[in-house]
Amino acid sequence: MLNEIAFYLIAGMTVACAVAAMALRQLVHCALCAAAAFAGLAVIYLQLDAEFVGFAQLLVYVGAIAILIVFAVMLTRGEEVLPGSRQSSPTWRTGVAVALVVLAGIALPVLASPSLQRLAPPAAEIPGKITGLIGVELMTRYVLPLEMIGVLLTAALLGAVVIAMREETKDKAPASSTPPPHTGGGEGRGEEVALSERD
Amino acid sequence: MSALDSIFISTEHWLAGLAPAGVRPLVSMLLIIAGLMAVFGSCFALTTILERKILGRMQNRYGPNRVGPCGLFQPLADGVKMLIKEDIVPFSADQAVHFLAPVALTAPIWLAFAVLPFGRGMSAIELDAGILFFFAIGSASELAVFMAGWSSQNKYSLLGAMRAIAQMISYEVPLVLASIPVLIAASSLSLPEIVQAQSGFVMGWIPRWNVFTPWGLAGFALFMIAAAAESNRCPFDLPEGESELIAGFLTEYSGFKYALFFLGEYLGLFAVTGLGVTLFLGGWQAPARWLEWLPSWGWFAAKFGVLIFLFIWARATLPRLRLDQLLNFAWKFLVPLALVNLFVAVAWWQSGVWQFPGALELRWLLGTGLLAGVYVWLGRALKGGKTAEHHYNYAE
Repeated sequence: MLNEIAFYLIAGMTVACAVAAMALRQLVHCALCAAAAFAGLAVIYLQLDAEFVGFAQLLVYVGAIAILIVFAVMLTRGEEVLPGSRQSSPTWRTGVAVALVVLAGIALPVLASPSLQRLAPPAAEIPGKITGLIGVELMTRYVLPLEMIGVLLTAALLGAVVIAMREETKDKAPASSTPPPHTGGGEGRGEEVALSERD
Repeated sequence: MSALDSIFISTEHWLAGLAPAGVRPLVSMLLIIAGLMAVFGSCFALTTILERKILGRMQNRYGPNRVGPCGLFQPLADGVKMLIKEDIVPFSADQAVHFLAPVALTAPIWLAFAVLPFGRGMSAIELDAGILFFFAIGSASELAVFMAGWSSQNKYSLLGAMRAIAQMISYEVPLVLASIPVLIAASSLSLPEIVQAQSGFVMGWIPRWNVFTPWGLAGFALFMIAAAAESNRCPFDLPEGESELIAGFLTEYSGFKYALFFLGEYLGLFAVTGLGVTLFLGGWQAPARWLEWLPSWGWFAAKFGVLIFLFIWARATLPRLRLDQLLNFAWKFLVPLALVNLFVAVAWWQSGVWQFPGALELRWLLGTGLLAGVYVWLGRALKGGKTAEHHYNYAE
C-alpha cells in the first residue's frame, strides 16, 4: 500500500518532469527538468530493489549526461524560445519516427524476454548480494559484450578528439595542444594576490 | 564489546523503545537522522572556528578572539548574523533556480553520511553498493553548482560555475580510480565490509590498514588530493577565487543561502574525509591491540580530526593554482598515476603467494619502486619549459 503510493508519486513526478523538459521555453530549464526525470527513474529502479542499476543511473545520467547537456546548451546559443515562435524543429516528424523505431528496438526484446512471463517474482528468489552477482556475470558470461562496448566508447572518444583537433589546425597554422602562452595584462593580473582570505 | 563502544546504538534503541510499537521503525530512523545532523552540524561550527584559529596561528596573527572565551562563540555569532542578513536576489536572476540551487547542493550531501560506518555497527543504512551510492550522490552537487552560477545572470558567477564543474568532473576520475584498489582488496562495494577487511595485524603489530601497503599509501595521497579538489578546498579553490572572480558562483548569494553553500562545502569535505578514513585508514579500527578498549567511534573521530587538520594546514600554506595547471595536474598526472597504482595493487595482490624469505620486502621494493619511478618520470615530463615573462600592469 505504502509502496504503491510512493510509486505513483515518483512516477507522476518523473513523467511531469519529462513533459516539462519538452514543453518549457528556456533551454536550461528543460535540461534541469530532464535531470530531475533521470533522478526519478533512478528512484524507481531503487524501488524495484535494483540497487546497482539505480546508483549507476544516478552516476551516469545525473552526474555525467545532464552535465553534458548543460554544457552543450551553454556553449551553443542557449537562447530562450520567444513566445509565439514555433518551439519544435521543422523536421519533428522524422524525429518522432526515429524515436519510435528506437523504442520498438528496445521494447521488442524486453517483451519477448522470459522474465516478463512471470510478472510477480516471489521474494525468496531475490538473492541478497545482487551487486556482486552482477560483477561476476559481467566479468565471465558477458565479458565480450562489455569489452565491445568499451571499444566502441573509446572509438567515440577518439573520434571526438579528432573532430576537435581538426578545427584547431584550420584556425592556426602550427597545431599545438599546449596551453596558450601567458601574455601579460588580463590573465596574469590577479595572480600576485594568491592568498585566499575568506574570513 | 564494551558499553561505551555501543553507547550510541543502545541510546538509540532505548529512545526508540519509548515510542509505541507501530511507529518504532520510523522513530528509530528519525533519531538516526537527527543524531547525524546534530553531530555534523556542530562539527561544521567547530571546524569553522578551529580553521580560523589555526590559520591565524600559522600566519602569525590572532584569528577570532572577541566572542566568548577565546572567541569560541564565534560560529554562533556568525550563524545569527547570516540568519538576520537581508536575502538579496538580483532582479534579472532566474528566481526559481536561484532559490533551489543551495538546497540542491546541501540536501544530497546529507544523504552521503547515511552509508559511512562511524563505529562498530554504526552506519545508518548498510547498502550492498555503499560506495557507489556515495559517488552517485556526490555527482548531484555539480548540477547544483551550475544552477547557482547560471541563475545568477552574472558573468563572474557563470565563469566560476564553469570552472567548478570542469574541476569537479576532472578530479572525480582520480578520486574513483584511487579507491578502486581498495574495492578489489576487500572484494566488496559495501563500506562496513571494507572496514572489516582491514581488521587484524601483520606480524602481530602493524595494522592491516590499506594505507600500510605501497598501493594504499599512494592511493591515499591521490585520494586526499582529489578530495581537496572535489570539495573546492585550497589550493584548488579557484572556482571562488576572490581576487579574480569575486567568489565565483557565490557572488550573488547572501544571507542564509550563502550560509547553506558554506555548510554544503564543509559537509562535502567531511563526507569525503570520512570515506578516506573508511577506505584507507581502517575506518573505526584501533591502531594497536592494546588500544582496542577505546570506543570504535572515538578512533574514527580521531582519524577524521587528523585529516581535517591536514586540510586546514594545506590551506594555510599553499598558494592557489592556475586553471590550466589545475586541469593538467588532474589529467596528465593524477589519472596516469592512479592507473599505475591500480596495476601495482593487482600485482601486490597476485604476488601474495610468494613464500620465499624476504618476499614481503621484495614486494614492497617493487611496488614503491614502480610508483616512485612513474612519479618522478611524470613530474619531470610535465615540468615544461619556461613560461613567458609576466607583465603586471599595476604592480610595478
